[in-house]
Amino acid sequence: MPSLTLLGQAVVSGLLAGGIYALLALGLSLSWGLLRLVNLAHFALALLGAYLTYQLGTALHVPPWAAALAIVPAFFLLGLAFHAVFAYFRVSEFGSLLVTFGVAVILESLIQWFWTADYRRYETAYATASARVGPLYVPTLELLACLTAAGLALATWAWLRFTYVGKALRASAEDPVIAAAFGVNHRRQAFLLSGVSAAYAGIAGAFIALISTLAPSQIWAWVGVVFAVVIIGGLANPIGALLAGLLVGVSESVTMAVVAPAWAPLVSFSLLILILILRPGRV
Amino acid sequence: MSASGIRVALGLPAAGLALAALAVAGLPAFYESFLYLIFSWVALATSWSFLSGYAGYFSFGHGAFFGAGMYTTAALTTMFELPFLATLPLAGALAAALAAGIGAVVFRVRRLRGELFGLLTLAVGFVLATIVLNTPIDGGPGVYLSGVPLPRLLASPTGTLYLLGLGLAVATVGTAYAISHSRLGLGLYAIHDDEDVAELKGVPTLAYKLMAFALSAGIAGVAGGIHAMYVSYVTVGETFSITVPLYVVLMSVLGGARHWLGPAVGATLIASSLYVFTGGQQAVLGRALVALVLILVILLLPEGIVPAALARWRRWRPRPVEVLAPPAVAPAAVAPAGALGCHDVWRAFGGIQALRGVSLSVEPGEILGLVGPNGSGKTTLINVISGYYPADRGRVTLGAETLTARPAHEIARLGVGRTHQIPRPFAHFTALDNVALAATFGPGRVSPRQARAEAREWLAFTGLGRRAAARPDELNLHERKFLELARALAGRPRVILLDEVLSGLNPAEVASAIRLIQQIRERGVAILFVEHLMRAVLELSDRVVVLNEGEVIAAGAPREAMRAPRVVEVYLGKAHVA
Repeated sequence: MPSLTLLGQAVVSGLLAGGIYALLALGLSLSWGLLRLVNLAHFALALLGAYLTYQLGTALHVPPWAAALAIVPAFFLLGLAFHAVFAYFRVSEFGSLLVTFGVAVILESLIQWFWTADYRRYETAYATASARVGPLYVPTLELLACLTAAGLALATWAWLRFTYVGKALRASAEDPVIAAAFGVNHRRQAFLLSGVSAAYAGIAGAFIALISTLAPSQIWAWVGVVFAVVIIGGLANPIGALLAGLLVGVSESVTMAVVAPAWAPLVSFSLLILILILRPGRV
Repeated sequence: MSASGIRVALGLPAAGLALAALAVAGLPAFYESFLYLIFSWVALATSWSFLSGYAGYFSFGHGAFFGAGMYTTAALTTMFELPFLATLPLAGALAAALAAGIGAVVFRVRRLRGELFGLLTLAVGFVLATIVLNTPIDGGPGVYLSGVPLPRLLASPTGTLYLLGLGLAVATVGTAYAISHSRLGLGLYAIHDDEDVAELKGVPTLAYKLMAFALSAGIAGVAGGIHAMYVSYVTVGETFSITVPLYVVLMSVLGGARHWLGPAVGATLIASSLYVFTGGQQAVLGRALVALVLILVILLLPEGIVPAALARWRRWRPRPVEVLAPPAVAPAAVAPAGALGCHDVWRAFGGIQALRGVSLSVEPGEILGLVGPNGSGKTTLINVISGYYPADRGRVTLGAETLTARPAHEIARLGVGRTHQIPRPFAHFTALDNVALAATFGPGRVSPRQARAEAREWLAFTGLGRRAAARPDELNLHERKFLELARALAGRPRVILLDEVLSGLNPAEVASAIRLIQQIRERGVAILFVEHLMRAVLELSDRVVVLNEGEVIAAGAPREAMRAPRVVEVYLGKAHVA
């Protein structure tokens, strides 16, 4: 049994890692739950955002926050364009999985073409900064990512819950025909949501660039865990995605500390399967 | 066997033998390897389509079963020194058992359809990879098979693997043809379109899904076993990469996942085009190109290349429209089995008590009208009798048989037929095939060929003789309602539950439907007739039962029951009770 300090450190790093999962899960959960689009390209988009942040930072010395300011609106527009294609061809829920897989592969190839398959690391002065709370270390950047995830989740929740657009989106997801009969213009809001979801990928990307080592194949490493987070959290439920992200992050990190690092990938799927069998009505 | 069946039964082995002869005559090793890879992909993509193409349960777990096969062969040949060929059936059996186990858990969750099943199966690969990596099966460094002796089917090792791959590919495509033209295939196609209705028409959906899943995984396992020998160095990273599960999906969807030959065509196209771009930056470009093709195909040809080509061919050589003559007498039916009885049936949905101790009986040759205001529990009762919902309490019997607690497909086979208030035809089936499916899986248990013959008679009987080749989306509401009726009749029911078959029909259509129902009754079928159209209820019913809020409030001869004070009160309000 590891010491209490080690366990506490595991919980802290789990919470912080969970923040990144939640950040990635947010956009995915929105588009799956409200647009019925299973967007595999979301991961590729996030990684592209990370590489762009890296490129701007290392080649042009643009600070990461400025890079994010440019990337996020650009991704918003990309999300709009993406949705235009889906709307034009009336892609089904399953078709969307295949099409976005294709997009993900193309983006992966693109990344590999420009930046090669070698690992890239964005070195910054503050990358290793961390705060000390008692015996525990809290890396500043990861804390910032986690807080951003929490802030975005709360804002998104309030947006869906209290604004007209949010309510209209939820109504359309529930029953598009009835919602349209009540005057909801689903097409316009679907574009907006698609853009927002892509913008979230951009935000996630900026943090990924700062926190982790980059490689094109990273796209596929996230798929399983983040989908587990989305399903555990409940579709189109931002707070659920946040909590599920933290839950999965902590479970993984505690497993690493208590059992062995290599067994960590099993955790999220065991959680997912348990939840699906015990609460099959969640999705 | 049909003409196309004979063509396939002769053509497929002939093509296999020709390709085998090529290797015996001495093919350069490069081509043997290249073709082996194509064969391997053909076997994988085709076997994937058994569950995922035909029944529509997209699995991303094919790589896991393939990997299970690879590691079975790798572990058994190196750790236990079993001969290579002996490990292949074991590799297949282990993968099949794994799929059956997963299916037995996952398929019980009713709402677990589509993309959720896909993501769960995706997880299987990650789980398996983690287990293999952390146990002595691999442990991290990978397994070398270079020391394992390869049986000499041909002089060269590549030739031997070529023959094994070829054999598996031909056998798999043959199996695909056999399944898609069998009772199993018919049931799987029906599951794809509407699983609930398939079950209600007598398709044992759980058993069929498990069979298709296990068979598909088993073939992937054997393919993995052979592939372990081909690569001769097995690692977790390569084996359980995302490549296999995703390429298999792409190949099948590109070629046409619902057609027996589609996945093989897709696999050949993609595997060859991948081979053109090998090595370095070119491989990156090739991958992007394949992805682009995938996107275009999904957007422009969502059904796949083979079905699209077949549809074009048929348009080019249109066949004359078949007109079926109405039969002189109604087609044969199964002998009556006794009365349908509901004994104190209860059913609640959450806090709403939909049925409160309903008891009624319908004799053979009798029409029992079941009426009541909306929400009184009429459709719920039909759903409980047909086994769609289990009853909370009480019993449903047919003659001496108890129906409660049986799965819906067994109830259908015992002779309970039903219609749906809103017609739910199988969208990809023609009208004829819709009816033939019910005949195949109904109590008659006739062969698919006999079922089609009977289906023609039922279509003619219900006045759809001209529409046999039409798809459901080409039918109007009245035709869909009659198709629903033909489908219920084709199962040769002893009892038929009619859920508002007349609603939405015009007076002439109502009159012909009433004549039809009278003809059905004359054959000794017990009919439970749910209807709002009072004229038809009074004209047709021998007796009437009135439901309100899940309770029987009146029963008896039609006119008397409808005049009972409680019934008038429920329908018109208290003021009108004279």
